Amino acid sequence: MADAIASERGPQRAHAEGHGAAALYTDPGGLWATIRGWITTVDHKRIGIMYASAALFFLLVGGLEALLIRVQLAVPENDFIGAETYNQLFTMHGTTMIFLVAMPLAVAFFNYIVPLQIGARDVAFPRLNALSFWVFLFGGLFLNSSWLFGAAPNTSWVGYANLTSVQYSPGLNVDFWVIGLSIVGISSLIGAINFITTIINLRAPGLTLMRMPLFTWMTFVTSWILATAIPVIAVALIFLAADRFFATNFFVPGAGGDPVLWQHLFWIFGHPEVYILILPSFGIISEVVPTFSRKPLFGYPIVVYAGILIGFIGWGVWSHHMFTTGLGPIADSFFVASTMIIAIPTGVKIFNWLATMWGGALRFTTAMLFAIGLVAIFTIGGLSGIMHASAPVDLQQHDSYFVVAHFHYTIVGGAVTGLFAGFYYWYPKVTGRLMSETLGKWHFWTFIVGFNLTFFPQHFVGLFGMPRRVFTYPAELGLGGWNMASTIGAFIFGVSTLIFVWNLIRSARRGTPAAANPWDAPTLEWSVPSPPPHYNFAEIPEVESRDPLWKGAAAGPDRAVATGGDEPHMPSPSAWPILTALGISLTWILLMARIWWVPLIGLAVTAVCVYSWAFQPAFRAES
Amino acid sequence: MEIAHHPPTATGLDNRKLGFWTFIGSETLFFGSLISTYMVYKGAAVTGPYPHEVLNIPVTSVSTFVLLTSSLAMVLALNAVQRGSRAGTLTWLLATAIGGLIFLGFQAYEFTTFVHEGLTIQTNVFGSAFYVLTGFHGAHVSVGVLWLLTLAALTAMGKIGREDSLKVEIAGLYWHFVDVVWIVIFTLIYLIP
Repeated sequence: MADAIASERGPQRAHAEGHGAAALYTDPGGLWATIRGWITTVDHKRIGIMYASAALFFLLVGGLEALLIRVQLAVPENDFIGAETYNQLFTMHGTTMIFLVAMPLAVAFFNYIVPLQIGARDVAFPRLNALSFWVFLFGGLFLNSSWLFGAAPNTSWVGYANLTSVQYSPGLNVDFWVIGLSIVGISSLIGAINFITTIINLRAPGLTLMRMPLFTWMTFVTSWILATAIPVIAVALIFLAADRFFATNFFVPGAGGDPVLWQHLFWIFGHPEVYILILPSFGIISEVVPTFSRKPLFGYPIVVYAGILIGFIGWGVWSHHMFTTGLGPIADSFFVASTMIIAIPTGVKIFNWLATMWGGALRFTTAMLFAIGLVAIFTIGGLSGIMHASAPVDLQQHDSYFVVAHFHYTIVGGAVTGLFAGFYYWYPKVTGRLMSETLGKWHFWTFIVGFNLTFFPQHFVGLFGMPRRVFTYPAELGLGGWNMASTIGAFIFGVSTLIFVWNLIRSARRGTPAAANPWDAPTLEWSVPSPPPHYNFAEIPEVESRDPLWKGAAAGPDRAVATGGDEPHMPSPSAWPILTALGISLTWILLMARIWWVPLIGLAVTAVCVYSWAFQPAFRAES
Repeated sequence: MEIAHHPPTATGLDNRKLGFWTFIGSETLFFGSLISTYMVYKGAAVTGPYPHEVLNIPVTSVSTFVLLTSSLAMVLALNAVQRGSRAGTLTWLLATAIGGLIFLGFQAYEFTTFVHEGLTIQTNVFGSAFYVLTGFHGAHVSVGVLWLLTLAALTAMGKIGREDSLKVEIAGLYWHFVDVVWIVIFTLIYLIP
């Protein structure tokens, strides 16, 4: 089939071969067969698409929550929504955006891209991968189902003890939060173990660690942070659940419990979590910037080491969230120093990206614009971070809108901007069509204007003394104008996000057909057709350099599409991952019955599913 | 076809083994957090019973000895399956599981005694931290016992042979890890006053 090999350079040929998106993402036998195919899929590409779809749905939910918050704050002493609804909105906005949007969007890219970048046919544990997704989805839906009961979590995304105790939060709100987060955490842990194994073990021959694409590297570092940080928040959530459901005393001061323990456990997870959010985006733009500068990444080993260092030091800075707790001068000094130190590897990366662009043949595609946007906006967020790395400064800024401005500059300006770059960059690989550049530029510029108009004024609002998490403010504070500007910015940002979603939907059918390597990018995922066949690589490639498609024997898209009978044998679909996910979720949810043996029903369901799973062969004959 | 199912890995290690080691790494943080909390809380209780009033070192020493000895049986089970000895595998897997069951029996006895002496999970922070920590360890031992009994049943049915020794090896990794955690718990919670 020399023809098939040659056809890789032309999109029309690839479609003529029957490898278009429609053929890849539907199953023969009609709608029901397709639905069943997706529910039982173990294909990392389909799972990646499901992660992205679910996360984008939650993005719209979390965005709507943000807009309601901004309407409430647009004018002083507003009574648009009451304090109670406001508490639920900001809690769910934070929880949703972090756990149900930013993390799963990154995981969507891990799923779709990493196996292709390392020359593998799937992840190490395809069924666990499906489990990971379904557990995440059920956890996210359960958390949001709290709205239907009028009992959405209302104690902020950090859920400080002992506000979360039964005494001070007697309703179901905190129950939904502690259970929902526990379920979602299980998903992250399983995913992390899967990707660590995949990246260590499934690299193509010749793809040594120091030849791995930066996105794969940052996925690796992120997965390690997840594997070590998730168990800590798991323990904190278990303590909180035990306090609420079994009347233990972990966070009951009257019984000797220490609410500050919650803060330590939460932030020992919570600060590494910040790097869980940002490192994948650092990885994405470390692919995008070289591609559109037509230069290899400047100082590749330094960027890798900086990423690893961030992962390590990220473990030693958590108490900078707790300067106002009163830990004493020695602890404070330590965390001031470590926080300032972690800015160094982060700053190093900024210079590496700038040096990569320096003297390059720049192409300002939408992906590249978002990558440059990250470098610019994230740097602003980094600088305000350095400001409150200093404990005395932090004492002034803590719990004010200055902090809100800071972390939106890092998480939206850093993580989300990088994820947008990733969407524009890899969309053609996933769908076989390019996203509209016209809509993309509209998206980018409305995003830049909307984002900065929303959050830049909040620096001032915070320094002028407006506390966060309070549903209104007096007119005498004189902050009505700044807040109105923020609200207008938020709506522009909202429109920009709708343009993005419309671009995603529209381009799937009407985008320009894309060749295997539409950007002339250097890494392996661009050597297979767009979209890739379900087995990715008919023949596992051999890698001889960091930029295999730019130089070396593997240069150019040359991975043959297998012909009829020669297709590699792939793992069979399985219903057990989704059923096991139901069992795991049920176990947690049944805690709400507050009868000690009821969750055991869920545990029994899980056990049955796990056994059925273990005895079902991963590879079965096609029926 | 068998080669297609299990292509050689970049490190030569089996995926399952590597994945399981990663899981164990993650578990150390889980137990580390539970144990740290216990250490912070053991002297924080404002009402009794206090740790030194209920913890019974001689009795727990016996159950500790049984649990640690079961690790030896686990090693022998792996050795037997690698030699292809079905009877040996079955014997030692069962011996390991029985060791685990005896340990769980001791734990049930210990918990019951403590409750009679007035220490429940709700009594004070010491009780909360103690029961949650040792309870999670006990849950891990229970999962291990079920796992070992499942492997023993499969061995009895002739479904585990020399080529499946990795399945026993991974169960062994888990079992030894749970034992190591207990050594830390026994030292920090029981032996150090």
